[in-house]
Amino acid sequence: MTRPARRVEAILLPLAAGVLLVAAWHAAVRATGTNVFPAPAAVARGLAELARKGLLLRYSRDSLWRVAAGYGIALAVGVPLGILLGWRPGAARAANPVIQLLRPISPLAWIPVAIVLFGIGNLAAIFLIFLASLFPILVSAMNGVRGVPAMYRDAGRNFGLSRGALLSRVIFPAALPEILTGLRIALGIAWIVVVAAEMIAVNSGLGYLVIDSRNAGKRYDLVVAAMLLIGLIGLVLNLLIARVARLRAVRWGFRQEET
Amino acid sequence: MIPAAESLPGRSKLAIRGLSMTFRGELDDVRVLEDLALDVREGEFVCILGPSGCGKSTLLNIVAGFLPPTAGSVRIDGEEVRGPDPRRIFVFQERGVFPWLTVEGNIGFGLGRLSRTERERRVAHYVQLVGLKGFEKAYPHELSGGMKQRAEVARALAVDPDMLYLDEPFGALDSITRLVMRGELLRIWQTEKKTILFVTHDIEESVQLADRVVVLSARPARIRRIVEIELPHPRDLSSRRYLELRDGIFEEIGLAHRI
Amino acid sequence: MSEKRSFRPRTRLASRFLPFAGLAALLLLWDLAIRLSLAPLLPGPLAVFRAIGELAQKGFLVKHVVASLFRVTWGYLLAVAIGVPLGILLAWYRRGGLAFAPIVEMVRPISALAWIPLAILWFGVGDLSSVFIIFIASVLPLAVSAMSAVGNVSSIHWNAGRNFGLAPRQIARRVLLPAILPRLLVGLRLALGIAWLVVVAAEMIAVNSGLGFLIIDARNAGNRYDLVVAGMVLIGTIGVVLDAVMRRIERLPGLRWGYASAAAEEAA
Repeated sequence: MTRPARRVEAILLPLAAGVLLVAAWHAAVRATGTNVFPAPAAVARGLAELARKGLLLRYSRDSLWRVAAGYGIALAVGVPLGILLGWRPGAARAANPVIQLLRPISPLAWIPVAIVLFGIGNLAAIFLIFLASLFPILVSAMNGVRGVPAMYRDAGRNFGLSRGALLSRVIFPAALPEILTGLRIALGIAWIVVVAAEMIAVNSGLGYLVIDSRNAGKRYDLVVAAMLLIGLIGLVLNLLIARVARLRAVRWGFRQEET
Repeated sequence: MIPAAESLPGRSKLAIRGLSMTFRGELDDVRVLEDLALDVREGEFVCILGPSGCGKSTLLNIVAGFLPPTAGSVRIDGEEVRGPDPRRIFVFQERGVFPWLTVEGNIGFGLGRLSRTERERRVAHYVQLVGLKGFEKAYPHELSGGMKQRAEVARALAVDPDMLYLDEPFGALDSITRLVMRGELLRIWQTEKKTILFVTHDIEESVQLADRVVVLSARPARIRRIVEIELPHPRDLSSRRYLELRDGIFEEIGLAHRI
Repeated sequence: MSEKRSFRPRTRLASRFLPFAGLAALLLLWDLAIRLSLAPLLPGPLAVFRAIGELAQKGFLVKHVVASLFRVTWGYLLAVAIGVPLGILLAWYRRGGLAFAPIVEMVRPISALAWIPLAILWFGVGDLSSVFIIFIASVLPLAVSAMSAVGNVSSIHWNAGRNFGLAPRQIARRVLLPAILPRLLVGLRLALGIAWLVVVAAEMIAVNSGLGFLIIDARNAGNRYDLVVAGMVLIGTIGVVLDAVMRRIERLPGLRWGYASAAAEEAA
């Protein structure tokens, strides 16, 4: 296939699939005669209503800045800490069981602790996001550093690099692709968790919208509208950070193994 | 002593006419092969020689039916080549062996149609032929590079193909193993009497192995010259004729005699 | 990988002691924080330990663990049964993948919790909804994992399969499936982790057993934070065990060939 044809395909096919799904959705609603689950048109109207009331932008923004805060702190803490743990294998061996033990504990399970520590509100939500994002970042930084071939370290030392220079000029760049992968995973998790956190502890944001729309009047059209928005923003976030992986400075780490 | 190439049956096995290949790339088109024509006789050992990246692997892939050419034709026994065929088995570098199968499993891979006893007999025969006796139940990751390569050759031979295509099969091996493997390959060729197309960038290798060496230019590849190696096997690597032929190719490619 | 580090555990014994040292440090810090009243309501390690004992005594420990495991097993297995074939199909049929991958990528970021209203609408309140939540949280990561595993199969193996004259169905069975197994297993392990993580969310749907329920109920019904943290500890421990079991499976003799390449794949 020619190149332009492939590109057109890559855009048309998903659109066609989307249209197909929406049509199937519409047909299903009609066929089952439900008057609770919304049809596509109702969801579209719901979105318009949210836009009109200014809630669309406001709730999206609220969710996004909570993510930014929690994720940002996790990044600032996780990357250096992970690098440190990866640098000293003894430290990694000590920390690993702790990490493995804490990781499976859902952020939701931390809610009572979060509320005790921070009270109900934004801080608790941000804490949850921080916790959830921390582990992938920490682990990938750790593994990224541990995985740097001894060859590179030896070369660095051969050229007389000090410890600090070795870290910044050899270890960190070599570990960067893996760290970026962890950052991407963590961002996805952060976005999922913000929605969860907002269902419990605050009263704005897309997660709150999902729960509130149902509780305050069974507005399932708004529930689904909010879900679609969540999905869309999540997709965009993922694409954005995937772009970072294509930068020439790090692309070397993401090459496919095959020719 | 084995007779030289001229006295082999003169039947044409492979006929390439007007073969061209252009790859459509991200930015522009890359013309890799330019109007190639070649005849290979049955039972011949032909080396395709050229610098890295000149397109010789592409040529072999086209002949094997994995890639359709942009222009030109490839005919085997008069039939146009349309796709890969078990009558002509491609031997990749050691990565081609299936890591999830044992040596036995790999060698028996193409023998599904045979009865179990027949299959076992054949596998045992080829295990013996390539010198892997005792390693039948080993997995590839437990073997050295040379052994993996032997397994792959055995797998290819087990289905009794007319032609073997080898794409720099010894490239990943150390030079001592390479010499041993060349000897093994010649031994097998003389026993099994297959038609062999062997791609390499190693001038010495081509003169040691082939009846004829097809010297390709750099990209876009054209046939610079076809050198007949009339030396009988086993070849004396210090004989005058060998050195003459080798130096001739060196000069053809424009390489110096001294470093 | 050899490392010439200045820090080296003096003896092998010291090195084996390190993981426990880490856990011990955690417990000590925790205990200290509670004693210093940094968080007045939260329990210290001893209180949590006693709470676990209390649960065991009253027979609730087994009941809750089994309930959670039960829900996770159902939701996860369903997700595997649907997600893995889906992912393979999307990767096998290029056009299908192009068409539906963006949609998968759009549904994936939607938190399992956000599906709760719909789950209740479709399945009512109770176990079925819980299982659905676990299913929905695991199915797409599994599909993506399977897709990626298929995409990573070396073209050399595809070509070899075609070379030997195999029909597409045979190639699928004899080349594709074995080749994707290592990466797929890593994906299965990670998805199991997700499923277990989500069980807490899933059990918020008015069920009355399970570790997630325990955590929520213990707080609501009387601020029993010792039980809350006990639940967390149990969840963490079982999560570790599940992960370890899956890792063992990855190392089975018939699969060990893929261990080296698949190990590079995972985040941890």
